[in-house]
Amino acid sequence: MTHAAATVDQMRPPYPAERGLDVYNTKLGMWVFLASEVMFFAALIGTYIILRFGAPGEWAKPGIVLNIKITAFNTFLLICSSVSMVKAYAAIQDGDPKKMRFWLLLTILGGATFVGIQVYEYIHLIEHGFVPSGVREGSELAELVAKGQLPAATMGLYGSTFFTMTGFHGFHVTCGVISMTYLYLTKALPGKYTKQSYGGIETVGLYWHFVDLVWIILFTIVYLI
Amino acid sequence: MTTVAATAHPAPAHHDDRSFIRKYVFSTDHKIIGIQFLFVSLFFLLVGGLLAMQMRWQLGFPGKPMPGGGVLPETMAPGGVILPEYYIQLVTMHGTFMVFFAIMPLLVGVYANFLIPLKIGTHDMAFPRINMWSFWSFFAAGLVMLASLFVPDGAARAGWTMYAPLSARHDLSGASFGQEMWSVSIILVGLSSILGSLNYITTIINNRAPGMTWFRLPLSVWSLFITAILGLLALPVLSGAAIMLLFDQIIGTHFFDPAAGGQALLWQHLFWFFGHPEVYILILPAMGMVSDIIANGSRKPIFGYHSMVFAIVAIAFLGWIVWGHHMFMSGMNPTLGSSFMVSTLVIAVPSAVKTFNWMGTMWRGNLRFTVPMLNAVAFVAMFVIGGLSGIFMAATPVDMFIHDTYFIVAHLHYVLFGGSLFALFAAIPYWYPKMFGRLMHEGWGKVHFWLTFIFYNLVFFPMHILGMAGHMRRIYDPTQYAFLQPYQPMNEFISISAFLLFATQIIFFVNFWWSLKRGKPSGLNPWQDNGLEWTLPSPAPHGNWERVPTVYRGPYEFSSPQVPEDYLPQTRRLPSDREPAAASAARH
Repeated sequence: MTHAAATVDQMRPPYPAERGLDVYNTKLGMWVFLASEVMFFAALIGTYIILRFGAPGEWAKPGIVLNIKITAFNTFLLICSSVSMVKAYAAIQDGDPKKMRFWLLLTILGGATFVGIQVYEYIHLIEHGFVPSGVREGSELAELVAKGQLPAATMGLYGSTFFTMTGFHGFHVTCGVISMTYLYLTKALPGKYTKQSYGGIETVGLYWHFVDLVWIILFTIVYLI
Repeated sequence: MTTVAATAHPAPAHHDDRSFIRKYVFSTDHKIIGIQFLFVSLFFLLVGGLLAMQMRWQLGFPGKPMPGGGVLPETMAPGGVILPEYYIQLVTMHGTFMVFFAIMPLLVGVYANFLIPLKIGTHDMAFPRINMWSFWSFFAAGLVMLASLFVPDGAARAGWTMYAPLSARHDLSGASFGQEMWSVSIILVGLSSILGSLNYITTIINNRAPGMTWFRLPLSVWSLFITAILGLLALPVLSGAAIMLLFDQIIGTHFFDPAAGGQALLWQHLFWFFGHPEVYILILPAMGMVSDIIANGSRKPIFGYHSMVFAIVAIAFLGWIVWGHHMFMSGMNPTLGSSFMVSTLVIAVPSAVKTFNWMGTMWRGNLRFTVPMLNAVAFVAMFVIGGLSGIFMAATPVDMFIHDTYFIVAHLHYVLFGGSLFALFAAIPYWYPKMFGRLMHEGWGKVHFWLTFIFYNLVFFPMHILGMAGHMRRIYDPTQYAFLQPYQPMNEFISISAFLLFATQIIFFVNFWWSLKRGKPSGLNPWQDNGLEWTLPSPAPHGNWERVPTVYRGPYEFSSPQVPEDYLPQTRRLPSDREPAAASAARH
């Protein structure tokens, strides 16, 4: 896969080429794509920082609206799925497709559970009156606002940033789960990954670790502080 | 020598048995995708021009019924008289179409796709299918934007920069669905650009032909590479901002609404953090292609190749730290304003390096004033005017006076029309033979050039004077102010010149379509250029090369003493040339 010179076919990639980076195209493409993803999340997180520091009043204290415990478990789950991703990658590097399939399946399950718990969390929050525009009239949270336990002036910003940032992260996790499932069904199950060729696992792994890393940042700034 | 021999008997690189749909509609061939971008964005260029003509009618002859305006519905122009709320849509959509759907895809979508694999010597892009998606998401974005002109409330009304809270709150702008469609369309444009950029970057890094080292790349490829990096990192910020804007519009978030604690200035920062690199996305490819064409038309190596490359890199880097100069009047700490002013002024240095290098290239050259060369020289001249007026507005105190006046309009059209569009009028006929196998008509090309050059200057130069007189940028009816009434004859003059400028473009479009079928067959290398693309048959076949070519030198070896003719192709091996290591490795 990476040894271009050994398997040159004039019409199929990799073509004979001047030495570029010693990284095959799909992996390089993923690195380049992740650079743009960094900028995307930088825009969202930057917005959060600007709005929170410039907010017209105090920010809601952690733990009142959001359930930290269940999300902490979710964070742990996502980190574990990164570990299982590495295990899948290591397994196929050792030439053990059976073990690779096991770990890949575990990663998919971890990711899917993460999304499931996030959906549950959203439903729960909306039921309690936490929505993207702030706090719904007449809801449980509206009473807390009335009692002064939550700041009325900044709940709108809190809702806007929370749902946008975690929503787009959840969207990325969903995309990751879909691509891994696709690779599992079309490549891993038919046994197309071998000790010599496992580019798909490595590339989707890069994406998965990135999504995990973003979540650790989001969890810290949105839930904990 | 193998490639020279191969092209003596042009044959398709491999048998092409794809269906019509796979070949021309959902094509993964970089050349077809480039041509798809060309047709679609030329159409949007025409749409943008038509919108501008309506604006010019209103400014030149306010309150008079527009000829042919009767076809517009009552909500836009009852009896042909343009309404204020339609005028602001014209302003918004003219800017949006020209920036996102005409100039940007014409430069990047067309020429990055078409030229990169041909000029670096590879069969296709690194990710052909992603490339196809890049075109189709652009196409979808264009359809959404075009459709927004026809929805009941009308199109977006907040100017192409979509300043909040006007854009974020429907009760302020008076448009609802049109505003939302603008946001959706821009998110799709961002997706298209990101997919394109990651393709261009990967392809240039990893798929260059043996012997095509970094400093043998043509400047067009260098500029497209740097542009791709800018697009890759700037467009996600725009997409992120457009997503937040869309959420403000449809699900009631409060990012940009100060009434609920959001920040209107935040939109400006996000938009211009994208917007200033965007300015260089719109000019760097033009600079690169003009460099190729000027070296060819002067029959001399480009003057200061390395300094040209470093100037591109420097402009791109500085482009990230100057966005605040769009916001001097928005409220800013003066110290911060000064630093933005200084960093902006520094951009004049690499820009001047490039300008002097173009002049150095032409100096005592054996000039051939073909249509591409004429337009390329006009690019340099017009870019100098646009660049110099840019220095005026980079200086905070001067900018406070001319901010949001027609001086700004004059400046941005000198760089975007006088710069980018003249470069395109050079690039389109220059690479037309490689796309379609025929040359565009030279005589009509020259007529088009001279008329465009004259009318263009008659339209945009007087705008400087209007701006100095205080003529506001997005004003509906200038005659309502006593201090602008003496300038109304100048507005009329600009409008008439603009109509003539638009009419002149008909020559270009007719020439373009006529030459597709009736143009003179071009042969392999009509401009006697050194680039790899000219060793291929015209039009270039699917898959480009049977075997990728080997490169022995840079692309600007014109008038070399080593050979009798005045050009020396990159693939031609002279006895003194060594075989590149990558080429011999591939032979095993």
